[in-house]
This record gives sequence, structure tokens and C-alpha cells, in this order.
Amino acid sequence: MVQTFKHQSEYKVIGSRPVRHDGFDKVTGRAIYGGDIKLPGLIWGALTRSPHAHAKIKSIDTRAAEKIEGVLAIITSKDMPETEDKMVDLGEGDENPRWTSNKLMAQQKVLYKGHPVAAVAAVNRYIAEHAATKIKVEYEVLEAHNDVDSALRKDAAIILESLEGDDLGEKIHNTNLAKHEKYEFGDVDKAFTNATYIEENTYTMQMVHQGYIEPHNATAFWDEEDRVKIWTSTQGAFTARTALSNLLQLDVSRIKVTPCEIGGGFGGKIPVYLEPIAALLSKKTGRPVKMMMERTAVFETTGPTPGGKVWVKIGADKEGKLIVAESKIWFEAGCNPGSMIEPAAQCIYAPYDIQNTRIDTYDVIVNKPKVAPYRAPGSPQVAYAMESAVNDLCEKAGWDPLEFRMSNASDKDTRRGDGVKFSVIGTKEVIKATKNSKHWNSDLGPAEKGKVRGRGISHGYWFNIGLKSSVNLNVNKDGTVTLIEGSTDIGGSRASISMQAAEVLGIPAEDVRPSVVDTDSVGYTDVTGGSRTTYATGFAAWEAANNLIVEMKKRVALYFDRNHKDINFESGVFSVEPDIENEKPERNITFKEIAEKIDDDDLGGPVNSVGSVDLESAGDGFGMHIADVEVDLATGKTDVIRYTAVQDVGKAIHPSYVEGQMQGGAAQGIGWALNEEYFMQDEGGMVNSSFLDYRMPTSLDLPKIETVLVEVPTPLHPYGVRGVGEVPICPPLAAVGNALKDALGIRFSDLPMNPAKIIKAIGN
Amino acid sequence: MHPFNYVAPLTVKEAIDILEKHGDRARPLAGGTDLLVQARGNKWDLDAVVDVKKIPEAMQLDVSNNGLTIGAGVPCYQIYDHEKIKSDYPGIVDGAFIIGGIQIQSRAAIGGNLCNAAPSGDAICPLIVYGATANIAGPSGNRDVSVEDFCVGPGKTVLKNGELLVSISVPDPPSGFGAAYERFIPRNEMDIAVAAVAVSVTLDNSGTNFESVRIALASVGPTPIFATKASNSLQGKPINERSISEAATIAKDESSPISDMRGTIEHRKQLIEVITKRMINKAIKRARG
Repeated sequence: MVQTFKHQSEYKVIGSRPVRHDGFDKVTGRAIYGGDIKLPGLIWGALTRSPHAHAKIKSIDTRAAEKIEGVLAIITSKDMPETEDKMVDLGEGDENPRWTSNKLMAQQKVLYKGHPVAAVAAVNRYIAEHAATKIKVEYEVLEAHNDVDSALRKDAAIILESLEGDDLGEKIHNTNLAKHEKYEFGDVDKAFTNATYIEENTYTMQMVHQGYIEPHNATAFWDEEDRVKIWTSTQGAFTARTALSNLLQLDVSRIKVTPCEIGGGFGGKIPVYLEPIAALLSKKTGRPVKMMMERTAVFETTGPTPGGKVWVKIGADKEGKLIVAESKIWFEAGCNPGSMIEPAAQCIYAPYDIQNTRIDTYDVIVNKPKVAPYRAPGSPQVAYAMESAVNDLCEKAGWDPLEFRMSNASDKDTRRGDGVKFSVIGTKEVIKATKNSKHWNSDLGPAEKGKVRGRGISHGYWFNIGLKSSVNLNVNKDGTVTLIEGSTDIGGSRASISMQAAEVLGIPAEDVRPSVVDTDSVGYTDVTGGSRTTYATGFAAWEAANNLIVEMKKRVALYFDRNHKDINFESGVFSVEPDIENEKPERNITFKEIAEKIDDDDLGGPVNSVGSVDLESAGDGFGMHIADVEVDLATGKTDVIRYTAVQDVGKAIHPSYVEGQMQGGAAQGIGWALNEEYFMQDEGGMVNSSFLDYRMPTSLDLPKIETVLVEVPTPLHPYGVRGVGEVPICPPLAAVGNALKDALGIRFSDLPMNPAKIIKAIGN
Repeated sequence: MHPFNYVAPLTVKEAIDILEKHGDRARPLAGGTDLLVQARGNKWDLDAVVDVKKIPEAMQLDVSNNGLTIGAGVPCYQIYDHEKIKSDYPGIVDGAFIIGGIQIQSRAAIGGNLCNAAPSGDAICPLIVYGATANIAGPSGNRDVSVEDFCVGPGKTVLKNGELLVSISVPDPPSGFGAAYERFIPRNEMDIAVAAVAVSVTLDNSGTNFESVRIALASVGPTPIFATKASNSLQGKPINERSISEAATIAKDESSPISDMRGTIEHRKQLIEVITKRMINKAIKRARG
């Protein structure tokens, strides 16, 4: 049953901006990250990786490496436990452990450049890395497929021979097509015949990486009783435990995952990469084993979000009603099935109310790293296509693109492209706030000589997920409360979760002391991802706090010698009305005062509580961005000169971190729009696998990103919180593209829209 | 990468001895901002790195009437923070100021940038247009090589086994001289040139004619290119839009870029033409003060 809430308009803690609980340790460099882990007897692991994107492994010769002094163990795929062939739910996406095992340590073939083929453990990092280069692997190189068109060619080399593809329910073999799905509502073909204006285009894009600063790392110790301890940088300690349980064929209770502080993830630190390898090297040596990736390996073997192709065709009647939309979405899954085609279908039409819709999605295996979630996985790509098409349709018909979006906006009960109907959403409020924003009401200003300016807008949507979270609270003698949770803190979630407990308890946010703990020390909690943490773990904290009040009332009742049902609690004060009959006076006591008494008096022992939730959704999130660009006509360089992100955030618990999420998402989206891409060699393999050549924007490449927080609280959450972290990466691609169109009169339908492409287009 | 020795000799002679002994298995270390990354990337299999920063000649930074001498190990920040260099050699500062960020500039040396011999090396083209000379010491004595002749291929220089770049000499600019360097990158900082141009001009007494011009191009060939045809085309010519445009077109033709992850042939050629024009004009402006 879904609980619904009515919301207060005034809060004491919610909406304020306290200093984050983890801030001091982080700015002083004292916070413990995975790279800081040191254990007695620690040794290092390193991987031998494939230089080829697609090849048969003919032989692996480890003899030379074994002879190197300091080498303690070598493993290959033969040492990986036999795994089950089944799909396992990992929170934000599921995976088949058999394929995952093959992805982490190649069996008969290598499927992407950098694919591990062997691992070495040695007394130090340098010997391990050196020995890894001395493992001789003989390959038979096969044709590599870098993109969906190449992989779907009739004569294409088959990448995963064991793959059974699913083409609209029909099983297919000898194919690189993992899945083809279709969603259809209304009468699309008829609607197109009724449309006065039709816009159709194909949009292409390359893989891009999350680009977190901290590389993947893992430290593992496998003891004599087959208990495995893991210290790692992960977005989900429990998800890592589930994945490891499947890969290592151990019960979950034998694995303890300690999530260290995390230097960014954006979805890319949900899968495990080094953890199972370090564990198996530890098993073989009896020593704790540490592994860390180089940046090259991070780019070449972890993370990216799919590149691919999106074809969109939309039609409107002569009054400006969007009556029909059709799309085909091809995504690169990488070496295993599982690109983000489902979310893409869920998101593509979400900002609009369209009666006739069709979507075909294709999940395509290519010789690239297996994709991982990246901030609203699948949504930015389709928003780029849809929002470009909508602007071009408006231009064709002479309609204002903002008014068109308003008159066709989705609302409560609008059906999404995948059939799901919305609860209360803020699409219209976001458009209205955009229209009223300072940015929208200011001139673009004159361009410098030789340059031109343009302005663009775009919608973005992410559904946000709910899932499971647990929180434990303990009352301390000094009136503070420890909050035990299992959500890795990436973007200030210790603060946003603590604040929700503090609001209930009537105490300052600083008096809640949050700890993110290992998998043995708190109840199951899903990943920090899907924009769910402040929503779901915050919900659990709210529930735990309410349960704590119930407990505290019992103690207050004992202390006042009254019935606990008569104890009231408001604004941090417990009170009880006078009991005239029994000659008992009115009494009251603050949370802190009663906390101080509990240890001293016979009041029932330590006070603690639990919150545990399993939630459907974190409230649909909509955003709209405005981008102003200036293009140098001689060099093709684009500068984003002004940028505003407007978003329905439900309720901003800690507005600074909400604004930070919106600015961060916009920054990543701007990078994706203008310069970021996996630049591939013909024979497969990424060549720009360094921060130098991957060209993410630096602080000097971005204007101050203005934010407008719209608050349409979702009735699904006690405070109306909506997930906020993912929406803001969805609009920038088309917002920048539409601004370029405004500036140059040219539609760029291939990402990134970099200077070379701009110069080429201007020249033509 | 495997463990290697770190050696910090106090004299040029000592450094040469070590370099000669180890051959390819030793590299001089100035700032290390390229070398250490390359060593970790297994470009070199090293037995030793030879730190030049304790050798006085490699750390000198001297400006006099005879010109500017930059020790091979002098970090970029010392160059762009030096008042006299800023006022008298702004084209050199243009390059030193854009190599990496502040942390990199605190270590990275102009000499190191030259020895790294990247086609995109931001310090190299400015040195070429200033007519700078590389002062090399080696087992069989010292020799001087013009900077435009120093790089012979990507990552390759004229340095022979045991030879060490000790310093770079830049002649005192004559009156009527101005120089400037600019690169194109798609971002605003922290990137490698897609294409770059340095220009120096010496104007006649009237300030309306080019007496001589030097144009150098980066990231559009296997080495930084001294564009002699474009340079010569302006010799004795009046300063006007036509002469400048012609020189820029010739510079474009002298470039021989490739298409790679950093840019396309088409884009790079266009950039050379655009930046050459911009840099000639900037150099003229500086020459006129």
C-alpha cells in the first residue's frame, strides 16, 4: 500500500543549510577513502589486460611472471568460481553473474580493449604491475564492432556466442542484438496522416564516461573460515555484497563490505570490478590484497553510458497540439547485454501529453566496455533527440518553443511512453518558473566581433527510484542521536538524511550524528543511485525518528509517572496535561533533558529505534534548462556564457546540496554536449583515455550556473522530497544544441558538437 | 614500471657521465611532469632518472643586454613571474603561462617541454620565433643548436647519447620587435593545442613595414614547424590586411596536420590561418608598444 502525505508549510530544520557532517574530515583530508586502506601484511594485485577489442585467447603463459621475485599468486578465468546463468537485481539495473564473471576475467575471448585476462598478486604494487606485463597471452584477433550499425550488420562477427537475443519476444541466436522491445499506444500511423506539421531526424552520440575523480579501488581479505572482508569505493555496499556473493559463490553473510568515502560515482561505482579479483588473490595467498585502477583502465574498462542512435518523428496538428510521436532507440550495451533502453523509453516523451506514441528500443552488443549507470541512464540521449525535434517542429510551424512545451505539458494522470501514468508532477510549474526566470527575461546581449550568440531551452526528466533502506537511531546521554545508515554519502546525504530525523525529533541537525557503516552493522540498504537516497533513506530516518519518539514517550511516562498515551511531543518538548483527578500537575521536558536522565534513572535502558522502507518511486522529476552560447565563427569554439537550471525538487531538504546537484548535472551535460566522447580507433579501443584528452569541462569552461528551485511536493514522501541528482544532466545536450541552432541556424544532430564539427558545418 | 634510481648530480659533467653510462635507460628529470607520466605509462624502461635541478647552469635565469638565458630546469612560474621577462619577452611568457595549471607550472620547465619534443609543446614555437638556441653539453663537448632544428620527430630530438640540454639562450630583441603565441583548445585551460601559432615581427623605423618576421606552427606536423615561406613572404612588406592574409594562407599550406582525437585536418588548417592572422596583428601591436 502506498502511503500519502499532506505537508506542513513551515519547518525548523528542513530547508536550512547546516554544514555537512562529513565536511570537516573531507576538507582536511582526514576522511578515509579506499586508497587510504592499509592492513598488516597487505600485498598488491595487478591485472594483465587485453590490447585488443575482440580476440580469441589462444594461450596464456604465466611461467615468466611466476619466476619474478615477490610474485605470490597468479589467477586467470580458470580460478573464477562457476557462476549461475540467471539475472540478479542490483537495484539500478540487473545483471547475469555468468556474463559479469566473463567481463571481469576473460574466458575464451576478449570482448573489449583492457579486458582482464589474468591477475597477479605480489609483495608491492610495482612488482605486481611489472609481473602483469610478463604474462604472455597469444591472441587471434577478430573483427571489432564499435557501434550499433557495425554490430548489427548481417555479416558482423558474433561477439557473445552464447547470447540468446530477444526480438519482440522471439528468441534469436548468432546475433549481436540482445533485445528489441516495443511500446505502442493509440494509433500512431493514423495520427501522422492527421498531423499538419511533422519533424523527423536521427541523432547520434558516442559513449561518455562519468569521469569521477577517484579511480576504482578494492582491498580484500579472505580468511581461513571463508569469511571475506572488502573495503571499497562503492555506491552500494549491499549491492556489492550481492554481486560478490554471486561471483564468488559465497553466502551473503560470509561477505562484509565496508564502504569507504567515495570520490564520485554518478552510477559508475555500482558494479564491482576489482573486488572479486582482489578477493580471489587473497584466497590464494592468505594475505590482504589491494588493487587500484589507473585512469586509463577507468576509462577503458568501467562505466560509460551508451552511445548509439535515436530516430525521432513527431507530428502536431495545426493548432499546435502534439498528437503523435514515434522513435527508435539503438544503444550500445558494451560487451554484455543491458544498455539503458528501458529507462530511455520511460523518459523520451515524459514531458509531454501525447495520445499516440510508439517506441522501439534495441540493446546492442559491441566491443566496448559494458555500460554502467550514469546519472539518469538513457535519458539525456533521448532528451537530446526529442527536445531538438520539438524545437525544429516549432521553428517549422512558427510556434514559440516555450509556449508549445507549456500547452503540451504532461500532468497528473498523463501516460508516459511506456504506459505508466503520473502522480502529482511539476512539469507546468517548471515551465512557468522558466518563463518567469531572470535569465529568460534578459537579453542575449551583443556578441563580440566575429562571434554569434544563441539561446536554447530543453526539458529533462527522470523518474527517480525508491527501493529499500534501513536506519537505526540511538539516543546519547548528551541529547544527541547517532544515526546509523547504509547509504554511501556522495552528495551530502549524511546531512539531508540527518536533517529529516532532526526535524521529527525537534533537535538541531548538528545533534544528529550520522555514520555510514558496513553491511554487518545496519539493515539492507540499496544503492546510492537513482536519486533515491535523500528520498528513501531519508524516509527511513523519518520513520525511525517517529519510532524513537514513541520510545521516548514511554520513558517520559515513567519519569513523570503517567501513561505514555497521554504524553505529547511538539518542537522537541514532551509534555503532559495535568491529571486533576489524581492530582498530577502539568509537566514538560525537552528531548535533551530526558536524554540526560535515561542513563541515571531507572527508565527502561538505552533508547533506540529502527526505520525500514521499501518504496516504489522517488517522485517524478522534471527540469528545464536555458543555455546561452557564443560561437567563434573562425575557430568553431563555443562558450556557454549563461546557464540556468530550473527544476521541480519536491522539497529541498538542504537547498545548497540541491543546487549543487543541479549545477553538477548541468556541468556534466554541457561537457557531453560540447566535447566529451569515447574517441575510438577503427580496430576498436578508446584512444583518448586520459583526463587530458577526454576533455571534460573545467571550472573555467562554465559560467556560474544559476538555479531555480521549484517545489511541488510529492504526496509519496513525508516532506514531499523528489529525487534531484539525475534530472539536471538530461536537458543540457539539447539546450546547448538548440542554442547553437539559434546562433548559427544549423541543427547539430551528432554529439559532441565540437569545434571541428561546427567549422565543418559553417563551411558547408 | 619497476623501481629505478633517482640521481641528482651537482655538475653537468656528472650528469653527462650517468646519462652516457645508462643510454636509453636513463632520462634527465627537470619538472618531471611529462617524464613521470611516461614512466608510469611504460614508455620508458628506466634504470635512473637524472635530476638536473641541483646543477647551477641548469637553474640559471638571467636577463641582460646580451639576451635571456633560461636554465633547462627552470620552472614556468619563474619565467612568467619575472618582471623583466614579462616586459621584454612577452611571447615567451605566452607559452610558459599556458602549460598545465598552477601546480604543473610550479614544476614544469621550458627546457623539459623542448626535450619532450611534442608537436604541441607550448614553449617551443615562442622560442623559435625569438631565434633561441639550445645549449647542449655532451661527452664530446658542448654545441649549440637552433631551437627550430632541435626537434626531429614526435618525442625525438637531436640529443645524442649522453647529451644534456643545459640551457636556452634567447637573443636580446632588437627595437621594433614584438612577438606573441596562442593556441586553440576547445576548452579554456588545461588542454593540448589543436593548433597553435607563434609570430615575431621586427618593424622598420617607420613602424609601417615588416623588416623581418618569424612564424612557427604547433600541432600541425610531426614537430613544431618553423614556417619559413610564410615568414619570408612578409619580409620588407608593408603592414596591411592583404600581406597578413597572404602570409596566413602560406602558413596554412606549410602545415601538414593529421586527423586524430584532438582535431581534424580541415579544422587544424583553418585554425592555422586564423591564428596566424591574429598573432601577426598581436605581434605588431606589441612591437609598436
